[in-house]
Amino acid sequence: MSRPLTTTTESRAVRFALILAALAFLALFLVLPLVAVFAEGFKSGLGAWKEAVSSPDAISAIRLTLLVAAISVPVNMVFGVAASWAITKFDFPGKSLLITLIDLPFSVSPVVSGLIFVLLFGAEGVLGPFLQAHDIKIIFAVPGIILATIFITFPFVARELIPLMQEQGKEDEEAAISLGANGWQTFWHVTLPNIRWGLLYGVLLCNARAMGEFGAVSVVSGHLRGETNTMPLHIEILYNEYDFVGAFAVATLLAGLALVTLVAKTLLEWRFDIDRKGAIQ
Amino acid sequence: MTNSFTLTTPSPKPRAPGRGAFFALKRNRSVLPGFGLSLGFSLAWLTLIVLIPLSAIILKTAGMGWDEFLRVGFSDRAIHAYRLSFGTAMAAALVNGFAGLLVAWVLVRYDFPGKRIIGATVDLPFALPTAVAGIALTSLYSVNGWLGQWLEPHGIKVAYTPLGITIALVFIGLPFVVRQVEPVLADLGKDVEEAAATLGAGRAKTFLRVILPAILPALLTGFALAFARGVGEYGSVIFISGNMPGLTEIAPLLIVTQLEEYNYAGATAIATIMMAASFGVLLLINLLQALARRRQA
Repeated sequence: MSRPLTTTTESRAVRFALILAALAFLALFLVLPLVAVFAEGFKSGLGAWKEAVSSPDAISAIRLTLLVAAISVPVNMVFGVAASWAITKFDFPGKSLLITLIDLPFSVSPVVSGLIFVLLFGAEGVLGPFLQAHDIKIIFAVPGIILATIFITFPFVARELIPLMQEQGKEDEEAAISLGANGWQTFWHVTLPNIRWGLLYGVLLCNARAMGEFGAVSVVSGHLRGETNTMPLHIEILYNEYDFVGAFAVATLLAGLALVTLVAKTLLEWRFDIDRKGAIQ
Repeated sequence: MTNSFTLTTPSPKPRAPGRGAFFALKRNRSVLPGFGLSLGFSLAWLTLIVLIPLSAIILKTAGMGWDEFLRVGFSDRAIHAYRLSFGTAMAAALVNGFAGLLVAWVLVRYDFPGKRIIGATVDLPFALPTAVAGIALTSLYSVNGWLGQWLEPHGIKVAYTPLGITIALVFIGLPFVVRQVEPVLADLGKDVEEAAATLGAGRAKTFLRVILPAILPALLTGFALAFARGVGEYGSVIFISGNMPGLTEIAPLLIVTQLEEYNYAGATAIATIMMAASFGVLLLINLLQALARRRQA
């Protein structure tokens, strides 16, 4: 057998076959569904698409989705930064337990994430009688949708920042403090520039999920047209009424959001690489 | 703002080296401010948004009584739903274990045009809303869909069968495996492979005996994450599954059905059993992972 002694890669043919197999899998399972959304959405022409996305119910669904994201994303961004600051800049007991607890919403089914808020605030729930007495509606209303979305997107920013800030250490901040900067100055001028790209990506992912969440929101929304329907719920209603063109037309908006998120991610990674190489030089 | 954690004056009486002194010492090592504020805020928000709502499910289950819990939690319909959910999630996670390893390998080891863009598509299931994925997959695999029209004449029914559910879960779970395996594969030094080749091992043998053991913990983690996500997945599945009770009704859908019938006890019992089973599987995988790490060390 004559094999070169230090082969650490495969033959051309094997490499080619593996690349082809991987690309075929990705094309069939990931890319094709995305293409199908746009193909179905524009199947009946631009006019039908425009009509579907500008119907009063669609507009109110888009509005509600934007409102939910506008509240839940900033709130979780502030939490994510605070939690990452505490976890990566200080030592304290129970840190890994805290990280596990932050991750909890990832491992809970979206449906269960909705269920817990029904059990808390629903008519039969723990706080149900109190809320009814004071005429406060949370379940089957907008506050419930916002709460469920905050729960679902809770870990996103923190999960993105913790590994990044851990890698960066705390020398920069310590230097700033010892040179006389106060806490906020240190955060704004030292920490934030260091973590901005990671933070931005975390916020983008958080936003994509906040706008696209279906299971949890579906449980708490009550599906009132024009009132408590977000875009994914509106898509479901249209689809179940066999209005496929309408359903896919609204779906193209969310698929477009997904594409923007992915493009932004790719650009951010590219920036990251440049920043890192710059730091090394 | 004054900060209680950056003490500059030593306490007058030296404390006994108990727990308190230990914590005080550990905290004082950092000169950075904001520990109390950031940790306090994080804990308060975590408690309010995650811990209190999640405890509602435990309270409700605890107040249910054992007999009722067993009756509603293990009805025939519920047992069928668990079997379907865990079975399809397991099948999809297995497919993703192989496919994810293949994709990660190709992305880390080989260079080809458009690699960055192809790498980005792996994250598509994270970014695409599940309901959108659900209706797209259903239209692809229905009788006159792009793929369904080719599969149907061969007797392969995908839409409204467990196979369709599995395909939806393959879509949802792939990035979990790829993103776990990728960094470990990239960090793996070439020197061990060179050593194996020098000692006469072929590529296949090197892969099985040297590379695979090193990436196995990451692969198992990815598998477990994909599995856990698949068991609870709802949006991408309910469109393609057909939702026939006893046939293609997944456990999360059964929870929703119970809720729509105002059967809160039933919904809670099923949710508790699902969560317990998922955590059990995750625990098992963690154990396997620890074993794999130990064998490697």
